[in-house]
Amino acid sequence: MIANYGFKDGSGDWYVTIDTDKCNGCGKCVEVCPEKILEVGPDEFDIFREEPVAFVRHDERKKVRYSCAPCKPGFGEKPAPCAGACEFGAISHSEGWKALYER
Amino acid sequence: MAGIDVGGKNVHIVIKKDGEIIGKGAAPTGIKKAETVEALYDQVLKQAGLMRKDVERVVATGSAAKRVAFANGFIADAAADARGVIKLFPNARTVINVGAEEGRSIKVSPEGKVLDFAINDKCAAGTGTFVEAMSRALEVSVEEMSKIALDSTKSIPMNAQCAVFGESEVVSLIHQKTSKPDISRAVMDAVAGRVGSVARIVGLEKDVVVVGGMAKNAGFVDSLQKNIEMPVTVPEDPDYIGAIGAADAALSSILEEEVKAKVVERESLPEGKAY
Amino acid sequence: MAQQGKPVEFWRWPETNWVNPYIDWEKGKLVTAGVDVGSVSTQAVIMVDGEFFAFGNTRTGSDSPNSAIKGMGYALEKTDMKIENIDYCIGTGYGRVNVPMAQQSITEISCHARGANFMYGPEVRTVMDMGGQDCKVINVDDRGKVLNFMMNDKCAAGTGRGMEVFADLIHVPVWEIGPRSFQISKEPPSISSTCVVFAKSEVVGLLEQGVPENEIMAAYCSAMAHRIMELLKRLGVKEKFVITGGIAKNEGVVKRLEKELGIKTAEQVWANPQYRKKNYPFDTQLAGALGAALFGQALLKMGKTISVKKT
Repeated sequence: MIANYGFKDGSGDWYVTIDTDKCNGCGKCVEVCPEKILEVGPDEFDIFREEPVAFVRHDERKKVRYSCAPCKPGFGEKPAPCAGACEFGAISHSEGWKALYER
Repeated sequence: MAGIDVGGKNVHIVIKKDGEIIGKGAAPTGIKKAETVEALYDQVLKQAGLMRKDVERVVATGSAAKRVAFANGFIADAAADARGVIKLFPNARTVINVGAEEGRSIKVSPEGKVLDFAINDKCAAGTGTFVEAMSRALEVSVEEMSKIALDSTKSIPMNAQCAVFGESEVVSLIHQKTSKPDISRAVMDAVAGRVGSVARIVGLEKDVVVVGGMAKNAGFVDSLQKNIEMPVTVPEDPDYIGAIGAADAALSSILEEEVKAKVVERESLPEGKAY
Repeated sequence: MAQQGKPVEFWRWPETNWVNPYIDWEKGKLVTAGVDVGSVSTQAVIMVDGEFFAFGNTRTGSDSPNSAIKGMGYALEKTDMKIENIDYCIGTGYGRVNVPMAQQSITEISCHARGANFMYGPEVRTVMDMGGQDCKVINVDDRGKVLNFMMNDKCAAGTGRGMEVFADLIHVPVWEIGPRSFQISKEPPSISSTCVVFAKSEVVGLLEQGVPENEIMAAYCSAMAHRIMELLKRLGVKEKFVITGGIAKNEGVVKRLEKELGIKTAEQVWANPQYRKKNYPFDTQLAGALGAALFGQALLKMGKTISVKKT
């Protein structure tokens, strides 16, 4: 399941996307996030799933645009810390921040 | 020389002679923008004891700059801000302008040229409109809000990131018996957070000057300073900076300035045709 | 959201309830319920052995627990069933952790997915739900399981609130806006502002210019359809495409959305032919609570119930 956490408003697309089919709940992304917006716990969208999964904390979902900006997702070759830490490629960002560097 | 700044909420006009301001005025833009501009211009001229022909050049700026039918030239808002500020503050390197419908941050060179800028103009939450909407819910004037925010003893984060949802949140905070100063401060902090975030995109280099209508809001300026962790300077009549910059541009005979920009907002709807 | 003391409820969908005359609940084995406490409206659905038994659709008040109680009470009103007769109850929606009679809470994304699957059938692949304060797009499989989703609850534009603000501004009840938006001579350009606050000023401007109200409604519905399109495009729409929540009842938005997408939304009728034959009411706002009641049924049968777990 692809979970998109964040929002879209007049200013653009701001989502942190977690592919729960790839996530095994190891929590490496949680450790490296400087803004502490990630957490590992039971999958609220698939109540029959046994193993825990990573997700964006509820109170952070409406602010991802601002929380993720310092890590500059989509800028240059280096991935954001969370994406870099995940060996399964389960976590990624939408294009919103990328558009900021394109000009 | 005359500079006319037609903003989303207010029109500001400045008339300068030999580098000095000899006339200025402001009025709410309203729906019939062109007419408001004409009327205000005549009024400001009259107060300065001038006629239209006495003004050599008129440069317009602002979101509705093109409504100034008699303008000799136009400059981009960011360029107007940069010019207006650098004259008064030669050490300014960052200009933050928060108006009614737009919030922008501009990196300026020592010569007053725009090096980089970012704007937030599609969402009311990072603008003066947010504060205005909350003031209605609080049943307190914006000026009052600005003052009492400084008396707040508690910092409460606002969950709503939207002016419309924010209004409901303010109402529920009132129901929870949160004090008006604390709510006011929460509102200022919320906008300051978003403005600060936009400012960080172009970088915060001192000196930081804050202009635009919201710069008159002491509560907001205080919250902004805390957010960017830097002191800021606010000029007298910060809402006239755009017009001043436009008048200065008139002096330099600059018609249209190319501005390299980092636009935070993008059009996601086709341009609405005017009725 | 009261403005100048006017009763706000006039601008919201009316309250309704119903009980199934064909089912004798006392003969049933498992009674489950779902309560969807939204920011604007609350629905309670009761199922007997997985069959649609009763529902109540009410307006959410100032606190979630009371809204849940009111909604449940309204659903039970025409029955002789009591709360104690419900074997398992699940809370969902914005106020899900505060549903006093629920043993468990499940996110509305999962519940809407399952509810849409039940209402519209296993061919459903994309569900768009617009509630009072949010909008979500969900891609599902044939069992109503969530494959991916995207939600917006940060920005009022493209939520029920966006429509409410508009209805309040022009003093027209929400259920009239849809039909009236088509009583026009030509389709106007849509409102250009994405932001509800800025759109409001635009509308005021149009009103002052004397633009006919119906045309303004068309312009606003068009803008809202645009907003939804952006979200849908982002996630991708697959047929069968259905809309749940209050906005599904606004044809002004739905038809314009269909036109832009080039995909028709599924007809708003029960997939189950028995339900159609017996004329069970089809209310798009019930999807969440229905899904919740179905989860309750599934969990009970699997023996996976828990005493209290609120996520």
